[in-house]
Parts: sequence; C-alpha cells; structure tokens
Amino acid sequence: MALRIGQQEYRALRAHGEETYPNECCGVMLGKSGDSGNHVAQVVRAGNTRTDSAHNRYHIAPQELVKIQRQARELGLDIVGFYHSHPDHPAQWSRTDFEEAHWLGCSYVITSIEKGRAVLTNSFLLRGTSEEDKSFADEVVEVKD
Amino acid sequence: MKIYIPTPLRAFTGKQETVVVSAPTLEQALAALTVAHPEIKAHLFTPEGKVRSFVNLYLNDEDVRYLPQKEQTAVTERDSLTIIPSIAGGALPAGQTRAKAKADSSTSLRNDKMAARKDKVLVVGKIGVER
Repeated sequence: MALRIGQQEYRALRAHGEETYPNECCGVMLGKSGDSGNHVAQVVRAGNTRTDSAHNRYHIAPQELVKIQRQARELGLDIVGFYHSHPDHPAQWSRTDFEEAHWLGCSYVITSIEKGRAVLTNSFLLRGTSEEDKSFADEVVEVKD
Repeated sequence: MKIYIPTPLRAFTGKQETVVVSAPTLEQALAALTVAHPEIKAHLFTPEGKVRSFVNLYLNDEDVRYLPQKEQTAVTERDSLTIIPSIAGGALPAGQTRAKAKADSSTSLRNDKMAARKDKVLVVGKIGVER
C-alpha cells in the first residue's frame, strides 16, 4: 500500500509543521481511497486545540472536522487521512498516536521537525476492522512532481 | 433524517456515505441505523449501549453532548446527523514526563537520521484523482 500525494500538498503539510514549531501542527487530507492505497488531492490545515500541551499533543475540534468533512463532500472527495508534526521527535507514531487513532483505513502522516526544519515524513496506514484488532502499518509515500 | 457516515464506517453501510432514516428522536434514528446496518453498532456503542467516547455526534452543527435532551432530542427529516470519530495524538506518550521524552527524543532523533538513509518517500510521475 502507498500514500500518493502531490508535491504541492506534500510541501504544504511539511511547511505547516515548520510554521507551528515548537508546537505540533495538524490537518486533514482529502482525496480518494483505492485498492492501491489512499490518494491525496488536497490538504486542509486544522487548529490544534491542545493549547495546554501543544508541543507534544494535538487534537482537532470535532466541529472543525464536521466542517472539513462537509467541504470534502462538496468537492466529491473523502477524508483519507490526517497529518501532524513531531517537534524535535522522530517521525514515528507514539503510543498516544495509536491509542487516539480511530479512522480505520486512513493514513496518518507524521513529519519530524528538528530545530524548526522538516526532516522526515512518514505515513502509517491504520489497518484492521475494529478498535480491538487495529494496527499501524508503514506505507510508502509517493510524491508526484 | 440524513446520517452522514465517516470514511472508516462506510465498510459497514455498504459503502454508503449517507443513510436516510425516519425516526422521531436522535436515539431512535441511531437505532434505525443499526437495524439497517447491524455491523456498525459495535463501532458506535459500547457493550453497555453507551456511545463510544471517541465517537462524536453532531445534529446539524450542534454537539449532541451539549443538547439539553441529548439523544432524546426530537428530529425531523430536514435534520442531519454527522458521525465523526475524534482525531488526536502527539509525540509524548500518555503519562510520560517531558524530561524523559526529551531524553528519549535525542536517541530517537539519531535513529531518525539513520532511517532517513532508507527514506520511504518516493517521487513519482504525474498522478490524478478521479472525482
């Protein structure tokens, strides 16, 4: 499985992480799901409501998600994943990321931001059929020119 | 009323993005949804019948948790219900102190740099999205 994303969208989500450094950024990826994986057509920035601990936590307000889902519907797209940054921390999912991941079939993209610069961007597909058997699987990120 | 199904739960509604039900209250609308699509029930409710903590329900633009009558709120065919699982996470595991995280981070960042040598990001040709 692979996450396919345009160069512009890929740059945008990495730039978002640099802008919010030393805090975590977060956003939603709109696109389509296919047999070969999720395909991103657009990224939408979201606010991080975890102002109490924004350097190592993120949370998107459900109200904002409702609006983004409506926006996706109007564009003929679906929510296919989410992205966030790990300031001065690896681009690997944490236990918190896993416990708080509930969108089965969606891609969770994490960018490590080191001293304000985006370093590595990884994507993890949330596999499984329920909360009980879910797991994260590494997926290749294919960036188009 | 219309019930908007989020991407991960469409596997249990025959890939339908929207399910239309007829019911006088939100609770009965949700019951109608689970009767029409039984597999979705375990994803929305705990075994005790409570809405799972990470499942958000929005009646039009209102969080059902904050409606005076919550799931007992009366609805009409013009209303819409959006089911939206929560989105959260972060670098620091629950219960971990920041000092410990910083120490771990130093080691992990070194690993991250090594991992970058076998970067999984590929640059490919032009791709498009069917809408």
